[in-house]
Amino acid sequence: MGSRASTLLREEEIEEIKKETGFSHSQITRLYSRFTSLDKGENGTLSREDFQRIPELAINPLGDRIINAFFPDGEDQVNFRGFMRTLAHFRPVEDNEKNKNLSNTEPLNSRTNKLHFAFQLYDLDRDDKISRDELLQVLRMMVGVNISDEQLGSIADRTIQEADTNGDGCISFTEFIKVLEKVDVEQKMSIRFLH
Amino acid sequence: MSDPVSAAAAVFQLWLLIVVFFIVLPAMFGVSLGVSGVYIQVLVRILQVRLPGQKPSPSAGQRSHDRAGEFSLSDAIYFCQKGLESIVEDQVTQCFSSEELASWNLLTRTNQNFQYISLRLTIFWLLGVFVRYGFLLPLRVALAVIGLSWLMLGTTVVGFLPESSVKNWLSELVHLTCYRICARGLSATIHYHNKENRPQKGGICVANHTTPIDVVILANDGCYAMVGQIHRGLMGVIQRSMVRSCPHIWFERSEMKDRHAVTSRLRAHVSARTKLPILIFPEGTCVNNTSVLMFKKGSFEVRGTIHPVAIKYDPRFGDAFWNSTKYNMVSYLLRMMSSWAIVVNVWYLPPMTIQAGEDAAHFASRVKSAIARRGGLLDLAWDGGLKRGKVKDCFREEQQKLYSSTVVQNGIEPPGSSRNPPEEE
Repeated sequence: MGSRASTLLREEEIEEIKKETGFSHSQITRLYSRFTSLDKGENGTLSREDFQRIPELAINPLGDRIINAFFPDGEDQVNFRGFMRTLAHFRPVEDNEKNKNLSNTEPLNSRTNKLHFAFQLYDLDRDDKISRDELLQVLRMMVGVNISDEQLGSIADRTIQEADTNGDGCISFTEFIKVLEKVDVEQKMSIRFLH
Repeated sequence: MSDPVSAAAAVFQLWLLIVVFFIVLPAMFGVSLGVSGVYIQVLVRILQVRLPGQKPSPSAGQRSHDRAGEFSLSDAIYFCQKGLESIVEDQVTQCFSSEELASWNLLTRTNQNFQYISLRLTIFWLLGVFVRYGFLLPLRVALAVIGLSWLMLGTTVVGFLPESSVKNWLSELVHLTCYRICARGLSATIHYHNKENRPQKGGICVANHTTPIDVVILANDGCYAMVGQIHRGLMGVIQRSMVRSCPHIWFERSEMKDRHAVTSRLRAHVSARTKLPILIFPEGTCVNNTSVLMFKKGSFEVRGTIHPVAIKYDPRFGDAFWNSTKYNMVSYLLRMMSSWAIVVNVWYLPPMTIQAGEDAAHFASRVKSAIARRGGLLDLAWDGGLKRGKVKDCFREEQQKLYSSTVVQNGIEPPGSSRNPPEEE
């Protein structure tokens, strides 16, 4: 039979996650049951394959980049805390008024943190800049085989040209924020988790 | 010392006699003593104790696809949003887990998100456990055993007879009575609607698939030729004895892969218009009865008349969905037999045939929509094979193509130029 990881979430853990992420009690328990339903190996952690099993994510052109965001330190498994920490980026900003943020650190779903999440979709090697090569790779993921190399190259060049203010040929996080300053990131990167 | 044993044996024999006379025999003759009806009424009254339950609200996803025909760094955000939404809740995996109830129906197994509510409820629940496991379960197991043994015995005996109309009549009788006993064994209350559309000989009956019990439900009202894979174990034994009296179509696992062989066998059966209608579940797998997944087009290539049937279980009385990745057949049946009851609505839809110029896949999709509409189920295009297998790459390629078409709308400037259109040389 083997040993099954405890399927009950302890109250202390729920409190800790609440403080760290800002989710409510019922949101956490519901997301926990989603976590366990994805955890086919029943060992309390999710692997990349567990995410790949979601068909809608598997057909998403940036599916691999999104899955990668759940494994920040290059590890192969993510536990429930890590899962919630990543999901917390997508909490609507309005919800923050309901929960008092006890710590002084910036909440995970602040505009800057949301933008950083988006930035890391492009920044493949995590060196805090988006190089032309990285941009090309991500573009290629999004368009598949439907656009030629030359066209894609020119799109990448134009994008970097417009964003790059210090002339180093790469897009830093600050430059990224500048490009997206008119984009309503708070609304576009929010999911209505039920209460 | 033997007195308690002999007393117990006597009680058991008496109980068995009661079961046979008051349940099995009336069932075989299609007579109802009305007990089930009363039972269901009582249950409905009790289960109307509604509790503050939780239903998931749909997530309001953003659909910001207001593209200007150019790429911008914010494009990744759209895919990111969709991806995260599917991680939190997706259409496919939720088809393969049991339906959530608006209010608890006093079965522990459906108690997912409800905490302790009140003492009264707990007492009800305890009473329920006692009634279900102490009284109903042994009764139902006995009925199931009787029913299946009768099926095997009856079909084997009938199988010895030479081919004749008498044999067919007897075979139908054996099958029908067995299924009726089994239906009693599940406390199944079946409501058939539109009986005038019942599948005829030489036709193909297609239905949505939730559980192997679908077969029992449908076969209570008519005789069908079953199609399916030969299983090992108890199922295999039953299948082999069934085919002795009546031409069911069982395949070896290896044969199932050969679609051509499958289609030709089905075609041969259908063209002999005197044979029983074939019963097929085109989804290919059990789904949780909230949605209908893609119908495999194989059965729609056979060129017979299709008789669609919609089956909808009432989840208040028991969760009929067979999650084959979680439970094997025996534990599933035990769960079924310790639920309150199975209440099911069966709608016979008018027959459909393939239209000129329509291909099998489109026809399959049309039938599927009709069934989904009638049964009040969601009509999804996803393939049931996704329960076990990976999604095909072509779907991702479709997404990429869609996105690409929005990016190149306004054309791409040659490298090095600014926003001005290229100058003529």
